[in-house]
Amino acid sequence: MTTPRLRPGSSHPWHEQTFWNWLGLAPFFLFVLVFLIVPSLNLFTGAFVTSSGDFTLANLGVFRNPNVIKAYLTSLQVSLLTAVIGGLFGFFVAYAVTIGNAPRWMRGIIITFSGLAANFGGVPLAFAFIATLGRTGFITAILRGICFPGADGAAFCPFNPYDHGFNLYSLTGLVLAYTYFQFPLMVLTITPALEGIRREWREASASLGASTWQYWRDVAIPVLTPSILGTSILLFGNAFGAYATAQALTGGSIPLVTIFIGQQIRGDVLGNPHEGYAMALGMVVIMAVTIVAYSALQRQASRWTRS
Amino acid sequence: MNARRTNWWAIFWVVIAFLYFFLPMYGTLDFSLRMQRGEISLLAYEIVFADPRFWQGFQYSTLMALITIVISTLIFVPTVYWMYLRVPQARPVMEIITILPFIIPAIVYVFGLIRTFSRPPFQLTLSTVTTDMLIVAGYVVISMPFMFRAIDVGMRAIDVRTLTEAAQSLGSNWFQVLAFVIVPNLRIAILSGALISFATVMGELILASFLVRPALAPYMALLGLTKAYEPAALAIISYALTWFSLGLLQLISRGGTTRQITGR
Repeated sequence: MTTPRLRPGSSHPWHEQTFWNWLGLAPFFLFVLVFLIVPSLNLFTGAFVTSSGDFTLANLGVFRNPNVIKAYLTSLQVSLLTAVIGGLFGFFVAYAVTIGNAPRWMRGIIITFSGLAANFGGVPLAFAFIATLGRTGFITAILRGICFPGADGAAFCPFNPYDHGFNLYSLTGLVLAYTYFQFPLMVLTITPALEGIRREWREASASLGASTWQYWRDVAIPVLTPSILGTSILLFGNAFGAYATAQALTGGSIPLVTIFIGQQIRGDVLGNPHEGYAMALGMVVIMAVTIVAYSALQRQASRWTRS
Repeated sequence: MNARRTNWWAIFWVVIAFLYFFLPMYGTLDFSLRMQRGEISLLAYEIVFADPRFWQGFQYSTLMALITIVISTLIFVPTVYWMYLRVPQARPVMEIITILPFIIPAIVYVFGLIRTFSRPPFQLTLSTVTTDMLIVAGYVVISMPFMFRAIDVGMRAIDVRTLTEAAQSLGSNWFQVLAFVIVPNLRIAILSGALISFATVMGELILASFLVRPALAPYMALLGLTKAYEPAALAIISYALTWFSLGLLQLISRGGTTRQITGR
């Protein structure tokens, strides 16, 4: 690689200099081109050709397949639920360790463990929830063990969750497991915004006679809205692309889009590989929309809570 | 002002968060120790450690993680350095490219890799060596958002231009500037990027599973289908690995922010 020497005030014409400068980034761009851009584009072009290579839109017909529609709806449902639940939970926790004045040591632990748990997913997370809330999990065992003598002498154990329709290997279980990495992500991303809330605003609104409720409704929530929305969208995308936890927890019995694509890679369950590419393309479109919306809202948020 | 009053509402949420963090941990640990009926034993761990497939997976994943770290350091340190020094206008492009692995879910990405590299002209999936090369490239891509951000943050904290000019005025060539001036100043940043890449690769299921390589996570997933106690023991081992590397990361980058946003 030819690298120009550092020459301040060089007599090179600007565009020649610029060319050499950009050339320094060539190894990186080449790597990304070969191992990221080409494979992705290859998938996307695959969505628009027939098996003999002619252009077609017929593969998009996969989105009329009831199984595919169901997979998308289930994925959207899980992602929305965990974004809302994880988002609210995470917001309250972040509130507690910032504005809420929880003891300092608690704040340290929460932030540290959020950093760890937000990155914790995959197969071990599924095992952890099986060991905790599965049929033989320890919380299940405790709840099942709470028994009273019934009227007819038989033990009466009203708290076994599995007698009340609870099942870990289901959508509910998936939401519980995803929340494990969703709420810490909310804590991490929303804490800076909450730290941007000035104590003076609270005092100013109090001196004008505002109640706590009015302060939150008219001052804090409007300022925080872009951050909260942005982070929720991020959580949505985070859940939407997840595969390993769902696969390990439910063995693929819940029809998420990611699970469906996995089955398509292994065995072409759609009977047409090109429809599989169209399905994957649909996921990327949804993810791209979420990330764009996230960064737009983040920019908005940083404009308001800049300290 | 009554700011120092104990806020029970805040305490309540922190306690719920603690429970959510630790109950599944405790449950897994408890479960992993109960393989022998009626007593606490390390039997599940002994079985896991006696299984050659575990060591194979562990070795494979560790090796792949180390190669991934070396390659992404070699790619990103010079690239980000050059971006700071000469092409700051490339930053928006770089930021968009390095966020792509978040936008393209891993399952979709591996689908694209297989479609591209399992047929001519770049057929890499025929032999194990070329498949391993492909998988390392995939790991570099997947850990790219973390690595780029870590090195970006590190580079921002040092005055790249002054350091470079000082070194050059003392007669250093480009290699010497990078290796003896820039890299030592970036050691914390590189270490953070390396640790998070390590944690990512050690837990990575999708690439290894669909490219059919004997990594740790596919072994774990397989064991989960047939066994009860061993998976819990494995989860604890995996927790320990991940948390050790990420805990170390938090320790060394205290104050600095290696903000990672997602990735599973």
